[in-house]
Amino acid sequence: MSGESAKSNLPPLSLHVPEPRSRPGDPVDFSDIVVPEAGKQPRPAENTAPKDMTDLSYDLVRVLNEDGKAVGPWDPKLTEKQLLKMLRDMALTRAFDERLYRAQRQGKTSFYMKSRGEEATSIAPAMALDSEDMVFPSYRQQGILISRGYPLVEMVNQIYSNKGDKLKGRQLPIMYCSRRLNFFTISGNLATQYPQAVGWAMASAIKGDSRIAAVWCGEGSTAESDFHAAMTFGTVYNAPCIFNVVNNQWAISSFSGFAGAERTTFAARAIGYGMAGLRVDGNDALAVYAATQWAAHRARTNQGPTLIEHFTYRAEGHSTSDDPSAYRSADEAVEWPLGDPIERLTTHMIGLGIWDEERQAAMDEELANEVKAATKEAEKNGILGHGLHQPFETMFEDVFEELPWHLREQSEQAIREREIKWPE
Amino acid sequence: MARMNMIQAINSALDNMMERDENVVMMGEDIGYFGGVFRATAGLQEKYGKTRVFDTPISECGIIGAAVGMGAYGLRPVPEIQFADYIYPGIDQLISEAARLRYRSAGEFIAPMTVRSPFGGGIFGGQTHSQSPESMFTHVSGLKTVIPSTPYDAKGLLIASIEDNDPVIFFEPKRIYNGPFDGYYDRPVEPWSKHDAGEVPEDYYRIELGKANIVREGADLTVLAYGTMVHVALGVIKEHGIDAEVIDLRTLVPLDIETIEKSIEKTGRCLIVHEATRTSGFGAELSALVQERCFYHLEAPIERVTGFDTPYPHSLEWAYFPGPVRIGEALDKIMKD
Repeated sequence: MSGESAKSNLPPLSLHVPEPRSRPGDPVDFSDIVVPEAGKQPRPAENTAPKDMTDLSYDLVRVLNEDGKAVGPWDPKLTEKQLLKMLRDMALTRAFDERLYRAQRQGKTSFYMKSRGEEATSIAPAMALDSEDMVFPSYRQQGILISRGYPLVEMVNQIYSNKGDKLKGRQLPIMYCSRRLNFFTISGNLATQYPQAVGWAMASAIKGDSRIAAVWCGEGSTAESDFHAAMTFGTVYNAPCIFNVVNNQWAISSFSGFAGAERTTFAARAIGYGMAGLRVDGNDALAVYAATQWAAHRARTNQGPTLIEHFTYRAEGHSTSDDPSAYRSADEAVEWPLGDPIERLTTHMIGLGIWDEERQAAMDEELANEVKAATKEAEKNGILGHGLHQPFETMFEDVFEELPWHLREQSEQAIREREIKWPE
Repeated sequence: MARMNMIQAINSALDNMMERDENVVMMGEDIGYFGGVFRATAGLQEKYGKTRVFDTPISECGIIGAAVGMGAYGLRPVPEIQFADYIYPGIDQLISEAARLRYRSAGEFIAPMTVRSPFGGGIFGGQTHSQSPESMFTHVSGLKTVIPSTPYDAKGLLIASIEDNDPVIFFEPKRIYNGPFDGYYDRPVEPWSKHDAGEVPEDYYRIELGKANIVREGADLTVLAYGTMVHVALGVIKEHGIDAEVIDLRTLVPLDIETIEKSIEKTGRCLIVHEATRTSGFGAELSALVQERCFYHLEAPIERVTGFDTPYPHSLEWAYFPGPVRIGEALDKIMKD
């Protein structure tokens, strides 16, 4: 019984259940977050073998320093026009979020999701990609649509599920879709878009096309099997695809530790697959732009996929159905060590002498009015639950290309029910 | 015309479609150089190249998810899932994604894929190489489910499935790949080469989805079956000397309700046969439809003959299988009234 006596010397097994560093009422503790000096991260050639750049999966690519200056090899050296567009689109996304959040609170729709604090992780990649490149977003990339010029009124129609909604009122608010803008239909099931993006990228390569795919998910959903299937397919077929993981620290109430963040970075997931991995300051729009540009060029020249972890912070609740004060310290957003992406870009542009606070204030007012006008316009098509929805029979369309007999019968029933419920 | 078994007929359909439409691509575990564990894709990689016919990692989620993305690009993917029993890791991509893409994007994106997969038992495959999971897919709005019962049908239905703009689950009854198995596992199976339905044109042809096939006309009883069970039912009917009408459904969704109704109005009796487990099986749906739509024509209660509600057992495979004894007993019962 030597085995038993050996075991008797061991303490009993204990299960580790991750716990965030602060909870409601606690002082914020970000002492575990290392913020390296901006500009110090090397920028490898775009054809560098993944094994020769693994340090960048643990580092943090940063361009904007504490003074708002763009420094180091990752500075994408954007033109004044590009910087102005970047700032404007980020501010527009925030203005849109603010107003539509209020609209949900006013009962005009069922649901909304803000992207406050994470705007750079959508706007900057959208600018660095070609407009023909296909994006497979998750649910917090409204910034891509805004950057690609989707009409705000169409977004509001979708959010209100009204008769102007191009998606015929079928999708939960913010689950946009625009084939014209190469913006894939958003799923509510997490990370399913990951293998789909790889499949699209593989198709593009099969056809000898020049377009690449880019896909987003949160750090929480990297735990899904779809993520790992996609990473495997991505490297096996060297697919022209950019995998974005927006690490905003929180998956509803579960901190990133439940996706493995206590042990390693999300960018380091790339190493095991033999993929290039970059860990980027997600609140530094210039760093995000530069990383995307690097990965896009790599993919477009058959050098393979890249995993980019955007290290950022979800400054608001998960959605309008969430109350973050119930599970995290209220001051986290304010004390987030990487600051606010819009403020940091603004500081940078003021430093360059191409921007000032007066223009910022004027722009904010103009954008608020633009969003307000769009919501007013969309409200003419109705708000959720106020009658101005799609005709009943549209419920049965697009299940299949053609309507089979059983759906035709059910459609007739729905119309009969309408006549009974609302005889007028 | 050529004599083909079901594998060869499927291979011929794939060959025709690869030739006709350069957007047709195939992928799956072991389907490339090797040509598939059942040889359904044999020779196709050599003929059409590695970027149109290729092996995949062992990830059904990845295979079907990638096929959704390829479809969105404009390709017409035909993924193979090596055994229907392996399809479950890919089921979210089928149910929540492929099946809903057209609906949720209001027609902007579609998933014109055909997922081929051998299914059913009777080959000593044990519980993970024998299942018949068709009713999991017929329950999902937006998926079509097709099951052939002969080489001729397999080719025509597969071509129609690949050309269809909706996602299709194409289950191949592997027990009848080589010949029409009649349920007597201790007797040799006549090969398809000796059967009329083994006559398969080498050229392209379609069998429209949603159309059942009356494989035997009769006046006394209607038998609803698909896949392997069509042949098992035919054998039992012959033995019992009953003038039954046997309908091979061929497509479960969309179902050919008209052919079913007409037959039962004529015969007044209905026997449903499938190999899948009983509870919530497709037979339950068929039974409900017949009751709802043909009740006043029925002269006896509807009978269902199915596999038992257990996993598919290895050694007791033939005790599980809904063979001639189980079908015969139901026939006697339904004809007695």
